Amino acid sequence: MMNKKVRKYVFSKVLDEYFSGNHKAYRFIALFFKELFKRPFHLREVINQCFEVGLKSLALISLTGFIVGIVFTKQSRPSLEEFGATSWLPSLIGIAIIKALGPLVTALICAGKVGSSIGAELGSMRVTEQIDAMEVSAINPFKYLVVTRVVATTITIPVLALYCSFVALYGSYLNVHAEETSSLISFYQSAFKTINFLDIAISVVKTIVYGFTIGIVGCYKGFNATQGTRGVGKAANQAVVLAMFLIFIEEVIIVQIANWIRYF
Amino acid sequence: MQIFKPHVINKEESVISITGLYKSFDDLDVLKGIDFNLYKAENVAVLGKSGSGKSVLIKIIVGLLKPDRGEVVVLGKHVNQLNRKELDDLRLHIGFSFQNSALYDSMNVLQNLTFPLTMNRKNLTKSEANDAAEEILDSVGLKDKLNQMPSDLSGGQRKRIGIARTLILKPQIMLYDEPTSGLDPVTSTEIIELINEVQQKYNTSSIIITHDLTCAKNTSNRIAMLLDGRFLKIGKFDEVFDTDDEQVKGFFNYNFIQ
Repeated sequence: MMNKKVRKYVFSKVLDEYFSGNHKAYRFIALFFKELFKRPFHLREVINQCFEVGLKSLALISLTGFIVGIVFTKQSRPSLEEFGATSWLPSLIGIAIIKALGPLVTALICAGKVGSSIGAELGSMRVTEQIDAMEVSAINPFKYLVVTRVVATTITIPVLALYCSFVALYGSYLNVHAEETSSLISFYQSAFKTINFLDIAISVVKTIVYGFTIGIVGCYKGFNATQGTRGVGKAANQAVVLAMFLIFIEEVIIVQIANWIRYF
Repeated sequence: MQIFKPHVINKEESVISITGLYKSFDDLDVLKGIDFNLYKAENVAVLGKSGSGKSVLIKIIVGLLKPDRGEVVVLGKHVNQLNRKELDDLRLHIGFSFQNSALYDSMNVLQNLTFPLTMNRKNLTKSEANDAAEEILDSVGLKDKLNQMPSDLSGGQRKRIGIARTLILKPQIMLYDEPTSGLDPVTSTEIIELINEVQQKYNTSSIIITHDLTCAKNTSNRIAMLLDGRFLKIGKFDEVFDTDDEQVKGFFNYNFIQ
């Protein structure tokens, strides 16, 4: 007689795995908030991670921001010229960069660079039992590895986004300056003329959400990596893809909420 | 070579007590009713085929895995009933040497050793932690490797540093997961010597998971043969291998040929 165990699923294997995966992810996020306010805070490690996230992305963000500023100005000028509205160029650039492009470009770059790096690092630590080694040494690896990294990305990415916006505006200024005589100060004044406090606040909130998303997704994928070295690559890849996907969804939701706030 | 000196074990004082332990992964039953005691200052080698659940057993002892059923009592505490804080307090008394050493890649040797110390003893100054690390490194014969990265070390050196990292917290129990696997005979002998030195110097009780009969014979008071999820035989080396059981004999013959 066959003594084979029969596996039962609530719905199907795929659906069950989808829901249990979601449940695991929510528990991971809940654990983050639970551990966030508990001692020890590992401030030195948070600063170290901020340095890692910030400094390592700085060159790429500077270059990308600068190019985005130049290209956006070049593309917008002919359209505005058709209506004789080139004087509105700095304002248009200011709105586009500060409200949308700066935060989004920074988030996408960091999702690629920082998210994959966190996913691969933690994934590698998981498959080589370094996380278990921490655990058996009475060190809470979640607190030391996950909380510090998520806090670091949540703090650093808004700062990087702000920096990216300023570099993009500078790139834009250089392009404007090549075509017509304009001072840097008057360009920045014109760019910020149509930007109010709410716009900047929403941009900052948006980048905080992006930073949290990049950190938590990278950590979740890395911390739960399996299947040896193959799993490390998979964790890094999934960290980037999922973070980018979530960033676009969050962008839509936050813009919608921001519009509702504006009407009130 | 540091010779293993069998000493009298006080069988009243059990540091690890396991009763009716079961563990399975999905459909695979790994441990099927383990009963076992480790006494104070005793070394026990657990032998068994790959995938027989040897590493699972010590991971359950240290609380890395949860058993499906059964009771694990370590130093008088029920491992499964402890909260995070209590489990961490217990883990400070247990040293776990991983099969692949599990050294932290991003830290050099000194940082690898001081990390568990500084994280668990907040009142310790940096120089005190460094002194403790140097002392432990000296005892494993690798004081000159202080500033090297794990990637620059050989397999045997990594194992020694891994053991040193566990010793820095002065554990009462040592759990060695395949301490001689992947090492040449000379380096294996050095590791066997180190295990005996650790036992004698720190008076630890140890479980040594291994395939290597030379290691088992030269480090342990007792041998436990894990086959098909159960301890088939537990006793002194000669007692365990003086048997007609084909599986046990096969294990002995394989090692003998090796």
